[in-house]
Amino acid sequence: MTKKTSHILLWVYAVGFIVYLLAPLAVMAGAAFNNDKFPSVMPWKGFTWRWFDELYHDVYIWQYSQNTLWVALTVVALAVPIGTAGAILVNSLKGRSRSLLYAAMISPILTPGAVIGISTLIFWSKFSVPAGLHLSILGQTSFIAAYVMLMVLARLQSFDAGLEEAALDLGASHWQTLRRVLLPHLYPAIGAGALLAFFQSVENFNITKFTRGASNTLTVYIGSKARSGASPSINALATILIGVTIVGAIGYEVWRRRKAARLALLD
Amino acid sequence: MNELLRRYGKPLTGLAVFLTAFWLLFLVILPYFDMFASSFRPYLPAVDVGGPKDVYSLNNYLTIFENADWHFFGFTFPMTIHLWVFILTILFSCLTTIVSLLMCYPLAYFMAKVISPKGLATFLLLLVVPLWVSELLRAFAWFIVLAFKGPLSLTLQNLGVIAEPIRWTWGLWGYSGVLIGLTYAYILFMLFPLYNAMTSLDTNQIEAAEDLGAKWWQTHWRVIIPHSKPGIASGSVTVFMLAVGSILVPTLLNSPSSSWFTEVIYNRMFDQNDWNGGAAYAFLLLLVCIFFVTGMMRYFRVGLADIAK
Repeated sequence: MTKKTSHILLWVYAVGFIVYLLAPLAVMAGAAFNNDKFPSVMPWKGFTWRWFDELYHDVYIWQYSQNTLWVALTVVALAVPIGTAGAILVNSLKGRSRSLLYAAMISPILTPGAVIGISTLIFWSKFSVPAGLHLSILGQTSFIAAYVMLMVLARLQSFDAGLEEAALDLGASHWQTLRRVLLPHLYPAIGAGALLAFFQSVENFNITKFTRGASNTLTVYIGSKARSGASPSINALATILIGVTIVGAIGYEVWRRRKAARLALLD
Repeated sequence: MNELLRRYGKPLTGLAVFLTAFWLLFLVILPYFDMFASSFRPYLPAVDVGGPKDVYSLNNYLTIFENADWHFFGFTFPMTIHLWVFILTILFSCLTTIVSLLMCYPLAYFMAKVISPKGLATFLLLLVVPLWVSELLRAFAWFIVLAFKGPLSLTLQNLGVIAEPIRWTWGLWGYSGVLIGLTYAYILFMLFPLYNAMTSLDTNQIEAAEDLGAKWWQTHWRVIIPHSKPGIASGSVTVFMLAVGSILVPTLLNSPSSSWFTEVIYNRMFDQNDWNGGAAYAFLLLLVCIFFVTGMMRYFRVGLADIAK
């Protein structure tokens, strides 16, 4: 096989892969506009907005969206400080204690959500804490903090500790050193970690399903009823979410290109 | 630790230690330990807890061997439905991992070594939507596509490829839909670690192999694959773990004759209201994951830090 033919084959494969990734999502989005009670694009029974209307008037969707938002924001508020503190702590250790602490910290990432959910539920029931979204928050935080920790730890590798020495020598307090020297360096990682934490929480199904008690989040509600009560209003919601993602991606790309152009101008 | 004290002083160091300790003790270690301990005890009403009936035993685990014999093609196996589901869950999670790896390898190579940087930027932009769409919507998309008399069947019928609509989720002992859904849901978790591992390979090494007369498959087998090991290990662990622990995908894409071990756990917890029984099965699931992770680390000779990347 010559290099040229292999490259052509790889191009064909790559395009096919993109089609494979996008086509099911396109079908799902298309079904949101089909005037058919079962979510599908075939047979096509005419264009309609009625599923968006139905979604808008679904009280559960609004209520569970609020729950989801509340849970996600609390998880961010917990996981970001915990993950950052964990990263700073593990980064200051060396040798065996470091690998041991590191292993303990990333173990929730390597644990199935069902296991985290069940262990959280059983553990807190010993203290008479009933199931509910507060337990979902604790369960989600246990693995999302690990993601934040990994991102902050990666960023810490490029930190020049000499800067802190300089700050301390020049009379900065401990708090000032943290606030003015270390944290500014970590902000990109903390910001990215917060964003990831938010989305991980919103889309979490496994842990929330086991710990939620009688409450619901959007993902668990839709995931549990999708098969039996499949309604195109779910597709309408999916279409909105995909639309937001596309707008966000394009916005980010435009911002990135402008920034690159500005930097090029400065050179 | 002393270093930390010197830099940030007692209150701030204390805060960092407190936050980390709260996380690891109350959200990770103690709950795991408690689940493990509970899994050996019967699930009793509150009055009986600590009473004479509350004894440690393996009963919660042994239920996996209980129930009727299992018949298959006229043979009778001493196999129960829970054990059968457990084994198939592991098998199909492995299959999902292998399929994802085979599908991603050429693409990761393409992204790392073939496409131009400008083309790659566009390519990555096309991956943004699939990457950010949640697991729920990925599974739901295939639920629609694979529906009986759904888009896939109708398209193939219109093209004249098949005559009758097909039950896409009924193949492979009822796990074909689950396999398709799991692969689609988690494939990008294989792609990016592989791609990252391959970009760190110096292209000169590939050219040197070619100049020295290696065939294309020899270059891959002897140069590129060995270099990609950390990526293969990391991607495989992530995909396997997500697949074996998935609830959403099997819930949406199961056939009437199949179920997933996580669903068995859920039913035991909340339908039979046996939390400690659920804990025992959850611990089995955790054991499988531990075996898989340590197995991969040994086989590919990589550390935990490579896998968590």
